[in-house]
Amino acid sequence: MIMMRIPKLIDHVDFGMTSPDEIRKISVTKIVTADTYDEDGYPIERGLMDSRLGVVDPGLRCRTCGARAGDCPGHFGHVELARPVAHVGYIDAIYNCIRATCRKCGRVLLQESKLEEYHKWITEMKETGQKWWEMTNKIVKSASTTEKCPHCGETQASLKFEKPTSFVEGKNRLTPSDARERLERITNDDIMLLGINPKVARPEWMVLTALPVSPVTVRPSITLESGVRSEDDLTHKLVDIIRINQRLSENIEAGAPHLIVEDLWELLQYHVTTYFDNGVSGIPPARHRSGRVLRTLAQRLRGKEGRFRGNLSGKRVDFSARTVISPDPNISINEIGVPEYIARILSVPIRATEHDIEGLRNLIRRGPDIYPGANCMISPDGKRYDLRYADREELAKTIEPGFTVERHLMDGDIVMFNRQPSLHRMSIMAHEVRVLPGRTFRLNLSVCPPYNADFDGDEMNVHAPQREEAQAEARILMRVQEQILSPRFGGPIIGGIQDHITGAYLLTRKGTLLTREHSQQLLAAVGIFTDLPKPAVKEKGTEHWTGKQIFSMLLPKGLNLTFKAKICENRTRCKKEECEIGAYVVIRDGQLLHGVMDARSHKALDRCEVLDRIVKDYGTTAAREFLDRITKLSIAAAAMLGFTTSIDDEDIPPEAKERISEVLDNGREKVNKLIKIYDAGELEPFPGRSLRETLEMRIMEVLAGGRDRAGEIAEKYLGLDNNAVIMARTGARGSMLNLTQMAACVGQQSVRGERLSRGYRGRTLLHFKSGNLGAEARGFVSSSYKDGLRPLEFFFHVMGGREGLVDTAVRTAQSGYMQRRLINALQDLRVEYDGTVRDDRGAVVQFVYGEDGVDPTHSDNGKAVNVEKIIERVVGE
Amino acid sequence: MAGVSPDTIKAEVRKLDEMVSEAVVKELEGSLLRVSKAGAITREELSKIIEGVKQAYVNAMVEPGEAVGTVAAQSIGEPGTQMTLRTFHYAGVAELNVTLGLPRLIEIIDARRVPSAALTTIYLKEKYARSKEKARTFAQKIELTTVEDVVLQTETDLINVVLGLTLDRSRMQRRELTPSKVASAIKEALKVDALIEGYKLRIKPTTQSLSELRRLAAKVRALPLHGVKGINRVVVKMEGNEYVVYTEGSNFSEILTMPEVDQTRTVTNNIHEIEDVLGVEAARNAIINEAVETLDEQGLDVDIRHIMLVADMMTTRGTMKQVGRHGVSGEKTSVLARASFEITTKHLLDACIHGETDRLDGIIENIIAGQPIPLGTGSVELTMRREGEGGHK
Repeated sequence: MIMMRIPKLIDHVDFGMTSPDEIRKISVTKIVTADTYDEDGYPIERGLMDSRLGVVDPGLRCRTCGARAGDCPGHFGHVELARPVAHVGYIDAIYNCIRATCRKCGRVLLQESKLEEYHKWITEMKETGQKWWEMTNKIVKSASTTEKCPHCGETQASLKFEKPTSFVEGKNRLTPSDARERLERITNDDIMLLGINPKVARPEWMVLTALPVSPVTVRPSITLESGVRSEDDLTHKLVDIIRINQRLSENIEAGAPHLIVEDLWELLQYHVTTYFDNGVSGIPPARHRSGRVLRTLAQRLRGKEGRFRGNLSGKRVDFSARTVISPDPNISINEIGVPEYIARILSVPIRATEHDIEGLRNLIRRGPDIYPGANCMISPDGKRYDLRYADREELAKTIEPGFTVERHLMDGDIVMFNRQPSLHRMSIMAHEVRVLPGRTFRLNLSVCPPYNADFDGDEMNVHAPQREEAQAEARILMRVQEQILSPRFGGPIIGGIQDHITGAYLLTRKGTLLTREHSQQLLAAVGIFTDLPKPAVKEKGTEHWTGKQIFSMLLPKGLNLTFKAKICENRTRCKKEECEIGAYVVIRDGQLLHGVMDARSHKALDRCEVLDRIVKDYGTTAAREFLDRITKLSIAAAAMLGFTTSIDDEDIPPEAKERISEVLDNGREKVNKLIKIYDAGELEPFPGRSLRETLEMRIMEVLAGGRDRAGEIAEKYLGLDNNAVIMARTGARGSMLNLTQMAACVGQQSVRGERLSRGYRGRTLLHFKSGNLGAEARGFVSSSYKDGLRPLEFFFHVMGGREGLVDTAVRTAQSGYMQRRLINALQDLRVEYDGTVRDDRGAVVQFVYGEDGVDPTHSDNGKAVNVEKIIERVVGE
Repeated sequence: MAGVSPDTIKAEVRKLDEMVSEAVVKELEGSLLRVSKAGAITREELSKIIEGVKQAYVNAMVEPGEAVGTVAAQSIGEPGTQMTLRTFHYAGVAELNVTLGLPRLIEIIDARRVPSAALTTIYLKEKYARSKEKARTFAQKIELTTVEDVVLQTETDLINVVLGLTLDRSRMQRRELTPSKVASAIKEALKVDALIEGYKLRIKPTTQSLSELRRLAAKVRALPLHGVKGINRVVVKMEGNEYVVYTEGSNFSEILTMPEVDQTRTVTNNIHEIEDVLGVEAARNAIINEAVETLDEQGLDVDIRHIMLVADMMTTRGTMKQVGRHGVSGEKTSVLARASFEITTKHLLDACIHGETDRLDGIIENIIAGQPIPLGTGSVELTMRREGEGGHK
């Protein structure tokens, strides 16, 4: 018995309306009493909880189908409305139908010839599969302005729609009964013109005479701990409807005055309206006794937590787990550390064969509590045995090929790992399980960038695919190593971060010499136990290896690369191999000959030449191995060679401080001069700008220049022997701007791209004179972070900082919505076998994907083929 | 060893035309010719290179079933979180405001009729582009000048029911206007009398009522004296070796008809205008250019193919459609797909009276139904018939 599901279960879904007759036909009972349960707690016959409508209480049987709770789908009942009421959802359609047709003969108010013409159009559109109802608006518009019926000559009265559910014709109110009569008169030929498909709907069905009562399974009542029954919102609403309906029919029968009947009728309309949609504008929403707004039918479907987005497009699943994540540099990027506690709960079904039956028998004996064990056993006829309660020895004996055992998650199983927000496909990747002690998921640091994860308390989810097909797909398509290249830009998104960069730099920079012991220690950390190459330095009996030699042992043979490292200063004249800082990198046949390894070599989300080349030329497995090794090597190297950063990394000598304050004073003076010129009215405005704007721009320019110069001065004293600078220059973490802000000067604070100007009238704080436009009065922070900010500066800094926070919050919401819209618009597109891109209707959107048919993931920096590389390989320069 | 001649290289490379994209062929040809100049390429090497290029190209092709749409949407959406939210000044032209970052990207995708900061870049024909003087004159010609721009003071004389305008001498001169020119413009456009008293104008409304006077004052102030409608601010900038005119606001159709303008390069950031003037194909390219520019400016690396796909999706129907409920998403064939996006109930109710059928061809519909989706491994419709068993569809 191989599980071979029929690929498609549902072929299509038809939409249509229900006629009153149909409502009565599908109804299992007419509901007449508004009560639910009697004193003994049993459902009242012909009440809202009638046991023929289905069962929700355990133990009872459905009186219609005989099934128990859970198996019985529920059955509809109905209420005979004493007077017809309009369906809110169709009120616009009703309005259109009435105003476009004659009040006497019911024909559409257009010349016969016109009608025929429209008819032809619509049939044609229908046959070609177009949206024929889009014609309706035009037809209704022209028909409703006709004053005299071209068919019977009746003069038409003006019709007004009074929101939300009533119509006024001339001076008389049009009751739903009147409306229904009108709608009945429209012929089937004519309703097509009004956008109604006569095959599935009639206009008069939009005015209800019978109201379907939903099955109790749709509106189950909850019994609270105190024993009090609490009814569903829909039940409450139905109670209201039935009560009013009853009063209305009683009053009609008793021949009550017209006014009272009208009032009750309107009340019934209100209740039916809110039963369908409790968010209609123009009427107060129906409320629960406690004042809470009721959640009726439309509210159940609508919105993020509604049926469609909350339950149908996204579903809750079994076989998943969630916990805090923490780093583990020792496992592979392909792996995930799963706590034993979770591995005992998540399970994988294994079908017993002759070969593994003994192993499975053992697992069954161990049961759910001893890892590795099993949680459940399923016999070939589908019967489940829960190993928590069963006699496991006994079950272990009965198992034979064909049985399925749900065993604990074990090392090597494939699981899907996910971190929200799932912004791109790399947010869910398949990992191989490593069951580890502890209570957190462990992941390799190189996979942090695709998940955008850190370890400040982030939680992540794991899903264990069950069927072999799903497991195979996950393993082949979704495994981490297959996702190293991002489809966004065709470069690695998985790669080294932070210490992986500094470590590699420290190891490969000029002057790093290692003894045999140290070299072997480093390689042992990586897991390489082969012989060392020839030592680079050999004198007086001492042997030394360069870091480059050690690093080269990770590079694949035949790798040739020449590129500029991140630390490159971009001087006008490149010294190439002679570069003092090693910014010119040369790799020949897998040997790092010149230059250093930094962000340009293997950093995630960067132009990382080495890693990029390895994935594209040597395949994903080689790349995974390289990544696993380079991260370990870098960490070991950083630990061995020593790396730390502290506040004295931002120390600059006093003469530098002096020069910086000079520069800043200079800037301040320039600003004052500018203000003087402005005050004198001698400032030359920029074209199209006011004087004030020009002044602000000039001041900003001067101050930004001042900050930059202060930074430059500081930078002169911050060389590559400084650990903080190493981090910034190699691209491991931070930037030179961060450093100069710490060492020299923080600079201008701004809100909305302008200098600070809010607060009091004409000034930011009481400490300044009104109208003071000077540097420090408008938020220029001349202190450095290390020196500390003066109180006023601190305040300005916080003003700027707050804008950043607000910005982030707003941005996430905006970009989230943009992405939802983009996904919704594009999700149906796929590449067909003929190379075209088509949507779900089969309409061509692109004849060749991206104009060249190349997958960005496999492209070379966006280009289809790296021609130079191929020529170089063949001609061999 | 004798190398192959440039002609053979060309001939051999051209054979690739059928299989490989044009850009690759061109690049290959160029590189080969360059290399062969430095040192001869043998016949064998040539065929090896060509074979290698062919292989590399085939390897880089998209696979059938690939969910290119979703990947494109994610590739554009994901970096959205990293973008700035502020309107910044243009790096090159400090004088003009330009919307950048996430707001601009949303604007493009929304296919908004009017961008929040319209900007035209006008390139001039050679004759005018070289001379600063001529570029300036042109700039002045197109800049919209209203009466308000040259007025120092307006007063409504309630006793005589007369509108008095005091004109600014220097501003008038800069714009090469005289009081009589202004007066005649007012006379012609509003059909009222305007008396000139030096740099003062006295305008009499047609009817002697105060409300008319006030209405007239507003009308006069907004009256355009010269320039192009919509061009509010003009900046001339040296770029490379020519003068380029940047304008805030745009009026593409009118600018393009001016004789000084180089129509081949002049561009606006109002995509709707481009669609109206040059057609959808141009609009499609404009979407791509604008989006690429916005992303590049933020330093975000997104492959152009993703942006192309979005642009193509927005324009396949022949007119530009926004990405969202009033455009692409709202016009989907599937009822369930529309209902699951926005305005759920309306779509469902309308589907009922129209008697629509959902064929369940799309992605979201099949997810709703709990079925395999027609993408990737799910798009394979062929299944093997197992021995002794009837096959299914």
